[in-house]
Amino acid sequence: MSALEIRQVRKDFGATRVLKDVSLSIDSGEFLILVGPSGCGKSTLMNAIAGLEPVTAGEILIAGEDVTWRTPAERDIAMVFQSYALYPSMTVRQNIAFGLEMRKVPKAEREAAVERVADLLQISPLLDRKPSQLSGGQRQRVAMGRALAREPKIYLFDEPLSNLDAKLRVEMRTEIKKLHQRLGTTIVYVTHDQIEAMTLADRIAVMRDGHILQLGTPEEVYNDPVDMFVAGFMGSPSMNFIQATLEGDAGAYRLAIETPESPRLVLPWPAARETPAMADAVGGRAVLGLRPEHFSEEDLRLGDRAEGTLLAAKVTVAEPTGADILLRLPLGDGEVTARVGPKASIAAGEWIELRVDMSRAVLFSPDSERRLA
Amino acid sequence: MDNVIRRRTPGARLARWSLYAVLIGMALFYLLPLVVMLLTSVKPLEEIRAGSLLALPQAPTLAPWVKAWSEACTGMRCEGVGGYFWNSFRIVIPAVAISTLLGALNGYALTKWRFRGADLIFALMLFGCFIPFQVVLLPMARTLGWLGLSTSTAGLVLVHVVFGIAFTTLFFRNFYVSIPNELVSAAKLDGAGFFRIFWRILLPISAPIFVVSVIWQFTQIWNDFLFGVAFSAFETQPVTVALNNLVNTSTGVKEYNVDMAAAMIAALPTLVVYVLAGKYFVRGLTAGSVKG
Repeated sequence: MSALEIRQVRKDFGATRVLKDVSLSIDSGEFLILVGPSGCGKSTLMNAIAGLEPVTAGEILIAGEDVTWRTPAERDIAMVFQSYALYPSMTVRQNIAFGLEMRKVPKAEREAAVERVADLLQISPLLDRKPSQLSGGQRQRVAMGRALAREPKIYLFDEPLSNLDAKLRVEMRTEIKKLHQRLGTTIVYVTHDQIEAMTLADRIAVMRDGHILQLGTPEEVYNDPVDMFVAGFMGSPSMNFIQATLEGDAGAYRLAIETPESPRLVLPWPAARETPAMADAVGGRAVLGLRPEHFSEEDLRLGDRAEGTLLAAKVTVAEPTGADILLRLPLGDGEVTARVGPKASIAAGEWIELRVDMSRAVLFSPDSERRLA
Repeated sequence: MDNVIRRRTPGARLARWSLYAVLIGMALFYLLPLVVMLLTSVKPLEEIRAGSLLALPQAPTLAPWVKAWSEACTGMRCEGVGGYFWNSFRIVIPAVAISTLLGALNGYALTKWRFRGADLIFALMLFGCFIPFQVVLLPMARTLGWLGLSTSTAGLVLVHVVFGIAFTTLFFRNFYVSIPNELVSAAKLDGAGFFRIFWRILLPISAPIFVVSVIWQFTQIWNDFLFGVAFSAFETQPVTVALNNLVNTSTGVKEYNVDMAAAMIAALPTLVVYVLAGKYFVRGLTAGSVKG
């Protein structure tokens, strides 16, 4: 039985349909991340699960029970908010115990729960402080502590890390992951940060315009995106989209890329990745999706694998990040980003030979923006 | 602490000093009526007739204050304004408490439990701030009659509460709008209901706006004359009505010192409230607009 099931949930705000028949099912102990740009409906979906917004149509089941019309209190859910929403007039201790107090848990048990949570999150020294006396990271911990004090069926996290600075965000991300591994709780987590999604999730639901575009493991979503939106949204720097013409026939498809100066570039499509849909698209335009790491310096990673096609280009910008160097190069009628190792000492204006790993490339139809192969 | 860098030329200094001079002059001008009232109220009648308005009292006396409090004639009776002073408190305290509490609840419901038409209701309540008192005198008199509250203290309290709700709702609504909704969402998930959230989460952080509402309502209701004169009897008259009667009752010589003392007595509570809570009043008025 799934911990949470969402069936055909629809939500209208006036004439605007914010959620368009969303369905989703989460197993017990699973870490699900809802990710998407702002306005995609992820927060609305979260609020619908929490019971903070009534849905227009559809059903929400928690542990098999229909809770669509239950109040937030009756749903046995705990939530961590983006602004933390700590009660300003209460101490940390009172904040953590408030939910238990409202549920008439005896005082001794409440105190035990506060101690347990404070130990877990290492906030014991802060228990008698007011939220205004805490730093951002400490508030974040208290907010999580408040959720963890009760042992609800589902935890909801609404962009919990977006108010922290970059370093703290990475630290807390790791801590949330540890906590999940340790407690095995069911978590639904909303974020617009695709790196958070990749690192934390068991499964990711990529949302846009009130739809779930793709629901899958981080690897599936990253390596096997259903359309150009998902492909472009996940990964940083994002995937390169290159206009190409699909040529050849089954067993020997090729992608031809027009380049302004040099002769046109022809990339053979690996036979193992052919799909029936490609047959209809032959002769037409296609969009080739290549991630920055699908390029590599000649002979460094790919050796002489057949899929690797050599490409020479003049670097327009080189951005060393420390761990890697990001290169901008002209390809086709635009520019692409390639990620190469830090040892490649390349400066703008120099020529480089890169190998393209076509075994991981993806192909989209330019009209529907959906996957061709 | 001064945290502005200014030009330090002689001209700039001169401009600054003249600015202060003008400001101090204006402040003194504004204080003048109060000074005159205070001085007059502690002078014997002869001095008032002989001296100028601003002359310091030669033989200060509190007799006018005593007379104003317990002996001066207000119409037919000669018992001073003391009794009416307490009458005012009997009206003001419940009226302020009830209207402020209702305003707080309204503001809370209008912002944190939004319902269809909440904005319309708020707009209509705002409209209540602009209704002139005179317009409702007759209908209100009829209503109080129906309710059996004519000329009673309870009736006056009701009138002031009804009129005050528009303002108190406005104050609290604007204050609660600035409180993040997530706070209420978190409390809902924690299992708290409408009143519990109000009592435990919002009330403890509402002190600034409570001060604003209480000062505003206290001043309005204490200083009210029209409702006081229209809806009260002798026994329930507020001090403003008594003051008017005292000043208008002439038995031979006009006792300016007693009039002034009575006026001071009538004005004293609002002055005290401002002095004690004025700081919070300004702070509360700006609380919603500036974070921090």
